[in-house]
Amino acid sequence: MSTPTITTETRPDSSASGDALTQRRSRPGEVAFRLAMQACLLIAFGVLAALLTWVLVKGWNRLDSRLWTEMPTGLASRLDGAGVQSALVGTLWIISLVALICLPIGILSAIYLEEYADNTRWYNRLLELNIQNLAGVPSIIFGILGLGIIARALGLGFTVITAAIVLSLLVLPVVIIATREAIRAVPQSIRHASYALGATKWQTVSRQVLPSAVPGIATGSILALSRAIGEAAPLIVLGAVTFITFNPDGLDSGYTALPIQIYTFITRSQSEYTELAAGAIVLLLAIVLAMNSIAIFVRNRFEKRW
Amino acid sequence: MNPTDTTIRPGVSIAGVGTPSTGAPRSDAADPVMELSGVSVYYGAYEAVRDTSMPIQEKQITAMIGPSGCGKSTILRSLNRMNDLIPGARVSGAVTYHGQDLYAKDVDPIEVRRRIGMVFQKPNPFPKSIYDNVAYGPRVTGMKVSSMDDLVERALRDAALWDEVKDKLKTSGLALSGGQQQRLCIARTIAVRPEIILMDEPCSALDPIATAKIEDLMSELSNDYTIVIVTHNMQQAARVSHYTAFFTAEVDEQQERHGRLVEFSQTGKLFTNPADKRTEDYITGRFG
Ligand SMILES: Nc1ncnc2c1ncn2[C@@H]1O[C@H](COP(=O)(O)OP(=O)(O)OP(=O)(O)O)[C@@H](O)[C@H]1O
Ligand SMILES: [Mg+2]
Repeated sequence: MSTPTITTETRPDSSASGDALTQRRSRPGEVAFRLAMQACLLIAFGVLAALLTWVLVKGWNRLDSRLWTEMPTGLASRLDGAGVQSALVGTLWIISLVALICLPIGILSAIYLEEYADNTRWYNRLLELNIQNLAGVPSIIFGILGLGIIARALGLGFTVITAAIVLSLLVLPVVIIATREAIRAVPQSIRHASYALGATKWQTVSRQVLPSAVPGIATGSILALSRAIGEAAPLIVLGAVTFITFNPDGLDSGYTALPIQIYTFITRSQSEYTELAAGAIVLLLAIVLAMNSIAIFVRNRFEKRW
Repeated sequence: MNPTDTTIRPGVSIAGVGTPSTGAPRSDAADPVMELSGVSVYYGAYEAVRDTSMPIQEKQITAMIGPSGCGKSTILRSLNRMNDLIPGARVSGAVTYHGQDLYAKDVDPIEVRRRIGMVFQKPNPFPKSIYDNVAYGPRVTGMKVSSMDDLVERALRDAALWDEVKDKLKTSGLALSGGQQQRLCIARTIAVRPEIILMDEPCSALDPIATAKIEDLMSELSNDYTIVIVTHNMQQAARVSHYTAFFTAEVDEQQERHGRLVEFSQTGKLFTNPADKRTEDYITGRFG
């Protein structure tokens, strides 16, 4: 009996103090923070939208099949019948090779570091630290390194394979870090359950840990490949600077790539070149978008809930 | 009055007063299937449990009780080398299984765990279908099975889960209730036909009804399996187990806490007539 009495005594009279449930109080801190977040979002999104609009408007006249059926040209007079086929094919060559080189190496390295390496050992920790640091090295440094070691010392020259190896090295840390995060997110209890049933380490990793980590690995890998596809700086020093009117036909072929082609077009003053560059940018964006949708597909397909 | 008399479940015997179907505790003269002698477990330099010696009798349920942090899980994990998975963990003393030292150099921990299974405190089904959860163990251990379907069904029946899941074997094990998940984990463990099942507080996340089901299940399983269970629930230990080990944590001169085995005996005796004052205080709730 006493409880209700106490309640009414200890609670302030809500209607009198203006504290009624129906009366929404304004909380200035919350509002300000919310506005700040929305403003940031707006800035980020606004810039992106402006860029997209600009390339779409500029490149509108060039967004047709000429883009991928015709070769680029250095002669402004012939520009009407020109496209970026050699650059597109070059980019597809390079990105496929990058995927073939850097995904297996990156994912296996991450599995080793996360599941096998004893991280109380100094060399494993040194390895980890180096990978973190490598992710922050400017891409031009990788280009110069590739020029010195892969193109010259190893004698691979200015070829598709040189470009692919250098870009693979460039994005390898991203793949490793993303894969490690994904592997680490798999609960320890799943591993223990597997071991307690008599599974070996490799069985546990391959049948429980990796399948659960696939969504994270896919997202990280696509992010890495998207970065590789847009890189121009290392390719500039690796010989992909000129107009090329043939498609690469092998690992040792000369090449150019979309970002390089865009760069060379834009440095020309004629407005026809700018239009073609804008068209090529839209093409590059479309490829990145397609890759991202693969990642989303894989993520939804393999999504696990605990 | 004997405090355990009122809590005895039909079909479960303790202290030799039950029906013979599940068997009275073996006489201590019987050869134990496992034996701990002078076992200490360290985490790095910290000695978590000190000098434990006790037998595990075949096809009997052995319970481990004691206050939190006294090293029950630690000792349990040392029985199937799950401690190997914890960086820095180390075991000294001898754990024997059919007379063989489990920590001998040439012993393969994978083989140990195939024979000595474990059910964890928190139900941890794989994010796979119910069927695949049960079939996982037989698959990875390369068991020769004539029909995986039959094996899965038998394991689920043995774990008293079959009737609830027989129509949805393809759905995720994570879609089950907590109690069902725990029984799935038990089914998964018995699917590989281990000789010994270790259970670390298997009922701590479950309601009384699910707990009762699992307790019945344990009594049932003790016909075929040797079971070691860690529990915080003294009634549970009294109800289901044949033997009980009481652990506590002692503070040494350096103010470090170490787990110690205080008393090991037949469950009926430990609960009715404990030899040690600390055991008596604990089971009567006077533990400080
Ligand atoms: N992985 C670990 N690393 C370091 N110390 C640990 C680890 N696991 C347990 N310990 C320590 O060992 C001691 C015994 O722990 P344990 O988990 O075995 O206790 P427990 O009796 O199972 O307790 P609870 O009843 O709360 O589960 C505790 O002091 C704990 O802090
Ligand atoms: Mg415990």
